[in-house]
Amino acid sequence: MTALESLKSSAKAAAITCLSFTAIATTTLTSSAALAWEPTKSVEFIVPAGTGGGADQMARMIQGIIQKNNLMKQPVVVINKSGGAGAEGFLDVSGSNRNPHKIIITLSNLFTTPMATGVPFSWKDMTPVAMLALDNFILWVNSESAYKSPKEFVDAAKTGGANSFKMGGTGSKQEDQIVTAAIEQTTGTTFTYIPYKGGGDVAAQLVGNHITASVNNPIEAVAQWRAGALRPLCVFDSQRIQLKEPIAEGKSWNDVPTCKESGLDVEYTMLRGIFMSPGVTADQTKFYVELFQKVRETDDWKDFMAKGAFNTTFKAGDEYKTWLAQAETTHRSLMEKAGFLAK
Amino acid sequence: MESLVNLMHGFGVLADPMNIVYMFVGITLGVLIGVLPGLGGANGVAILLPLTFSMSPTSAIIMLSCIYWGALFGGAITSVLFNIPGEPWSVATTFDGHPMAQQGRAGEALTAAFTSSFLGAFVAVVLITFLAPLIAKFALKFGPAEFFAVQLLTFCSFVGMGKESPFKVLTAMMLGFALAAVGLDTVTGQLRMTFGSVELLRGFDFLIAVIGLFGIGEILLTMEEGLAFKGKSAKINSKVVLETWKQLPRYWATAVRGAIVGCWMGITPGGATPASFMSYGLAKRFSKNGAKFGTGEMEGVVAPETAAHAAGTSALLPMLTLGIPGSPTAAVLLGGLLIWGLQPGPLLFVEQKEFVWGLIASMYLGNVVGLIVVLTTVPLFASILRIPFSIIAPIIIVICAVGAYTVHNAFMDIAVMLVFGVLGYIFKKLSYPLAPLVLALVLGDMAESSFRQAMLLSQGDLSIFWSNPLVGTIVTLALTMLFWPVISLAITRLRPRQATKPAVSLK
Amino acid sequence: MISKKSSHRKSDEDAVATHHTMEIAVALMFAAVAVVVMVDSNRVGNGWASDGPEAGYFPFYVGVIMFISSGVILLTNILSKTPNTSTFVERGQFTLVLKVLIPTIVFVGLIWVLGIYLAAAIFIAFFMAWLGKYPIKTILPIAILIPLALFMMFEIWFLVPLPKGPIETMLGY
Repeated sequence: MTALESLKSSAKAAAITCLSFTAIATTTLTSSAALAWEPTKSVEFIVPAGTGGGADQMARMIQGIIQKNNLMKQPVVVINKSGGAGAEGFLDVSGSNRNPHKIIITLSNLFTTPMATGVPFSWKDMTPVAMLALDNFILWVNSESAYKSPKEFVDAAKTGGANSFKMGGTGSKQEDQIVTAAIEQTTGTTFTYIPYKGGGDVAAQLVGNHITASVNNPIEAVAQWRAGALRPLCVFDSQRIQLKEPIAEGKSWNDVPTCKESGLDVEYTMLRGIFMSPGVTADQTKFYVELFQKVRETDDWKDFMAKGAFNTTFKAGDEYKTWLAQAETTHRSLMEKAGFLAK
Repeated sequence: MESLVNLMHGFGVLADPMNIVYMFVGITLGVLIGVLPGLGGANGVAILLPLTFSMSPTSAIIMLSCIYWGALFGGAITSVLFNIPGEPWSVATTFDGHPMAQQGRAGEALTAAFTSSFLGAFVAVVLITFLAPLIAKFALKFGPAEFFAVQLLTFCSFVGMGKESPFKVLTAMMLGFALAAVGLDTVTGQLRMTFGSVELLRGFDFLIAVIGLFGIGEILLTMEEGLAFKGKSAKINSKVVLETWKQLPRYWATAVRGAIVGCWMGITPGGATPASFMSYGLAKRFSKNGAKFGTGEMEGVVAPETAAHAAGTSALLPMLTLGIPGSPTAAVLLGGLLIWGLQPGPLLFVEQKEFVWGLIASMYLGNVVGLIVVLTTVPLFASILRIPFSIIAPIIIVICAVGAYTVHNAFMDIAVMLVFGVLGYIFKKLSYPLAPLVLALVLGDMAESSFRQAMLLSQGDLSIFWSNPLVGTIVTLALTMLFWPVISLAITRLRPRQATKPAVSLK
Repeated sequence: MISKKSSHRKSDEDAVATHHTMEIAVALMFAAVAVVVMVDSNRVGNGWASDGPEAGYFPFYVGVIMFISSGVILLTNILSKTPNTSTFVERGQFTLVLKVLIPTIVFVGLIWVLGIYLAAAIFIAFFMAWLGKYPIKTILPIAILIPLALFMMFEIWFLVPLPKGPIETMLGY
């Protein structure tokens, strides 16, 4: 056999192997389609934020719950892709067409990053799976300050003059600044917004009196509330948090009024939802919806939700899509009014 | 002493044999993670966090914090042996550690690094044991202006007059700052210098630059010299540890300074990497052997290692008492605490005594265990240098590639690392200094955002940097450091009578 | 990287480039980077707004300083009456450096195609065979065991996915 011939024959052999592989693959697919779809290799769980943040915590929590309760045969692998305010992570998922082994957890940057930076992606480029929970926002002040209600706080900010009050928050043109902008738009006051790296930093800066107020998530500031260093004024949800266990000074989360009922008409919650790559089958999406329903039923998850005072609404399918479309519109109008859209 | 009683109770918690097992497992994993560049303490802890779910919180944090101690120890190993910093905070260790290895003193360098790491950590743990509540209050005084002042101080104490042309120092430093600015601007949320490229969104990571500039650059230089790691074969001597220990007491002043700098930077929280640079810079400036730094001075290993480990350890204090992470690893551990249902904050020390004091006791024991583990491996690691170049070089390059990839899970970073490698080779030959470049890269981002946060607070008024005694003192100190060469010259001139005893130590 | 190759006698001691040339080339590169930095900083705004510096303020001046200092280096080298014409790298040395650099570049390219494990095996084997002239029985264990150890550690133990190629996909990873 000449070298060329052997090369040809090996190429042919390769082609045949290739074909047979496809054949096997097709048969496995068709046979397993009768059963439910299941991941056949490890699932990448993308976090479009750095290690240690809220989304990262939740993702690793889910990873641990799945592992501990054997909810899936294949392992879950958490990967942080935080570049460009999470754009890197979203582009990775939206760019990997029909890959059922890749899911992503979202935070507000799903909507804000494309609007603020102009990096082209949208939730419509991915397959929505489920809403796991909504993260609450609370208006906090230092407990040494005189403000006992949102009204007192807003009035003082108005009398203090423009930019006299300093609002700390996580990141720039993201959830915390959007809530701040929403307060400005409803009340006509203006704040100086100081972006910090993480929620823990913001809470500590508020304790140290370097800023006047913050809109920290409950979990980021609850320890300082219990220690008597911070005071919650109101929660930016449509209803009060349904947790009646006392936290500090005999008060529970349920005793914190909504901002709306106390005259500050601003509502904002942040999506903690799951998306998949575009083009995946309904079967594959169904697998993950069921998986996350199982996760939600575990005690560990319920405990985590209570500790963080989350809004535990669950949505999937069309209901979820409707919510997303509406949330996108809300974000766009808020950001447009605040002048946060990329030029 | 209430603290002592509590600490004894903490040791009681540790008496559980399973906790001791977790401690050994943690240290060993940590050293492994520390050795691999890219896979840092933060990643390591994050990766293993879900595994600790079924353990009790105390056992879990003991294992995870031991991973952290292990990583702190392990970072020095590749720095000394191959000029590749296994962790960001061991960059400064390469400056003198690697020249020592080249002179066949790898064993000494490693022993010095490990021992001074241990010392740094020990000082920090003692501080945590007795002064935790006090320090927590002090940390609250730090706003953006104070953070900027600390970063400025780090910078000023490191940047001095080197042998290189001042224009080359300046150019290299500016390149570092420019690279640090690529990506998302955290203050305005704008993209800078990304030119529409997805790959540039994540910016230039310090670690990737360092793996390339130092690690790959070093391999190219070694190859050029035809050295092929020959003649570096260290005398492997089981007594190397004891012999090095005999020399170490000489550097007590440097070690004490390093520990103070480290604790200060860990609490404020400036972080372990700036701490190591600052301590190295100060040692260079104030030591009698300062001029010889960079040529294989043991003191140049002691300084950054004590500071890095002291900072790494004391960074856990603001995390536990305030919920502010002093380092990326502390940030992940903080997430862990929340997941296990503990709330870091002022009440943790009151409500979760068993957990807190178990953790503090494990810091004592974990560091002792860590020191024993790493010291026994010194001859083993030193003997790696005996492996011929043509076997070890490709393995190093593969490990560098893995390291570069794992930082952001990005293929492009491997290519970027290679480009930095070529740059490192050229810069080294043209005597562009690399240290100011990497320092600018690691501090640039932080310093710029704290400066701008401070400006937002003061509405653009620069006087905020002298607005209270704390920030004013730090800024003044920083400026003094910057102009130290001029000041010391002036002092010598003003005292002509003492000219018989020239102030050599001030140069 | 280096374009100036002396065309005459091909001896190992020949200079591939002089220090003088390299100084100028690198200074030019810095100046070019500085210009890019300045232009982009100008785009995002390099002023001092009412509430402090804009996003491009610091990078802009970083660019300016870099441009000036690299300019000084460039001019001193061009105008120098005693240019440092000593050898930057000799031909023999340059060949040695390329012997490491080119396989490494190929290795990085292979990671893209084959994934890191297979590429590492090929790279280590090639390097040992070509530069070390080791017999196959020394090469094989090292070239197989190192990537395998990495695979076990990252994919299975730490659950950190590294770049994988078609072979790993076939095996179900």
